[in-house]
Amino acid sequence: MKWSDFFTSSVGKKLIMAITGLFLITFLLVHMGVNACIFNDLSFIDPNDNGDMFNRAADFMGKTVLIRIMELVLFLGFFLHIIQGIMLELQNRSRRKLGYEVAMGNKGSKWYSRSMGLLGTILLLFLILHWWHFWIPSRFTHAGLEEPISLSNGRVSHDMFNLMKVTFTEWWVVGVYVVACISLAYHLLHGFQSAFRTFGLSNSRYLALVNSIGFAYSIIVPLIFALMPIAMKLGWVE
Amino acid sequence: MSFLEMIDVLNEELIREGKDPIAFDHDCREGICGMCSMYINGRPHGPWEANTTCQLHMRAYKDGDVIVVEPWRANAFHVIKDLVVDRSAFDRIIQAGGYVSANTGSPVDANAIPIEKDKADAAFAAAACIGCGACVAACKNSSAMLFLSAKVAHLSQLPQGVPERKSRVLNMVAQMDKEGFGACTNTGACEAVCPKEISISNIAKLNLEYLSAGVTV
Repeated sequence: MKWSDFFTSSVGKKLIMAITGLFLITFLLVHMGVNACIFNDLSFIDPNDNGDMFNRAADFMGKTVLIRIMELVLFLGFFLHIIQGIMLELQNRSRRKLGYEVAMGNKGSKWYSRSMGLLGTILLLFLILHWWHFWIPSRFTHAGLEEPISLSNGRVSHDMFNLMKVTFTEWWVVGVYVVACISLAYHLLHGFQSAFRTFGLSNSRYLALVNSIGFAYSIIVPLIFALMPIAMKLGWVE
Repeated sequence: MSFLEMIDVLNEELIREGKDPIAFDHDCREGICGMCSMYINGRPHGPWEANTTCQLHMRAYKDGDVIVVEPWRANAFHVIKDLVVDRSAFDRIIQAGGYVSANTGSPVDANAIPIEKDKADAAFAAAACIGCGACVAACKNSSAMLFLSAKVAHLSQLPQGVPERKSRVLNMVAQMDKEGFGACTNTGACEAVCPKEISISNIAKLNLEYLSAGVTV
């Protein structure tokens, strides 16, 4: 069997979604871990941190060669997941040209399982905005990062913490980020366990474990992400 | 009165009025042939769980209820007339690999090959699929994956199905794609409406079979 036949079959396409999906799930954990460093500034942890821990983490991520190489792999993962997702959605929709008078709705499936295309589109639009806010300034334009700061480890770097504070001064921006995190939660609720089913996990004992881990991941990770703009806006970290 | 008998009565009235009766598929009327394909009020085979249309009875409804009956809707199942759809795509998927090779000669004793009880039960549960197409009708992607996975899981778990194990799954998936069914996205709608309660875990087994065959053949 040719690899091209394998990956263009209906099962192969799902496999690409599952591989890239799990890769992106792993990335989310790293991204969340780095960004959660802002919470070190909370009054009951270290009120004098002033974003130093987060800026050190951001500096490490931005200047480590291996991580920059992984960044390219990450973009490939995003690209494949988005392109394959769009193609699958369009192809699947075209398989029923004439719909039903009475829709089946929630009889048997969850709304978010049927709305992965919509949730994915919301996340893609958010991703563009998110890159515009943080990734493009940190890598290319340096808009809002003109004043370098000295970190506690002796290095000089961009003040990404301040860029976050400035970005999240507007309520509508906070709102958009929170909506995106809710969309991410529902996207993960289906995607996490679905990826393992695609890999062939059918053992009920392990499926129950994966479902539990997936549920916890889908709630905890987006919740921590959502707390970041809220904490910035409400001045919990400053 | 069963649902199909209600349509029989309706058709008799239509014939008496000189109108065309409603065309619909039916055969055994015992819930085992899979012919009675009707999408009733937004659900394949009507409101009852694990049930075929022929086993649905009018006591499921109250006087004055409006019942909307539609044929299976999927490009791969084109409507022949009224509620009758062409499900020959399923036959071609079976022809692509849903069989085992058996040598001719003296019949082998049925108990000659030992089979683990759990595997025999799982294979039998998958073999209960009657190929009615409710899974395709319910799936938002018009995917035939539950049907196909039932056939693959049924045969691959038995020793008799081992010789063609890899070619079976590759050929049947290729045929399914050729017929124009969509790709499964694990929503679970198929499992919820299956009259024979075929488990969605069979789809995971199919994925593993395909992955194993795809990287080794």
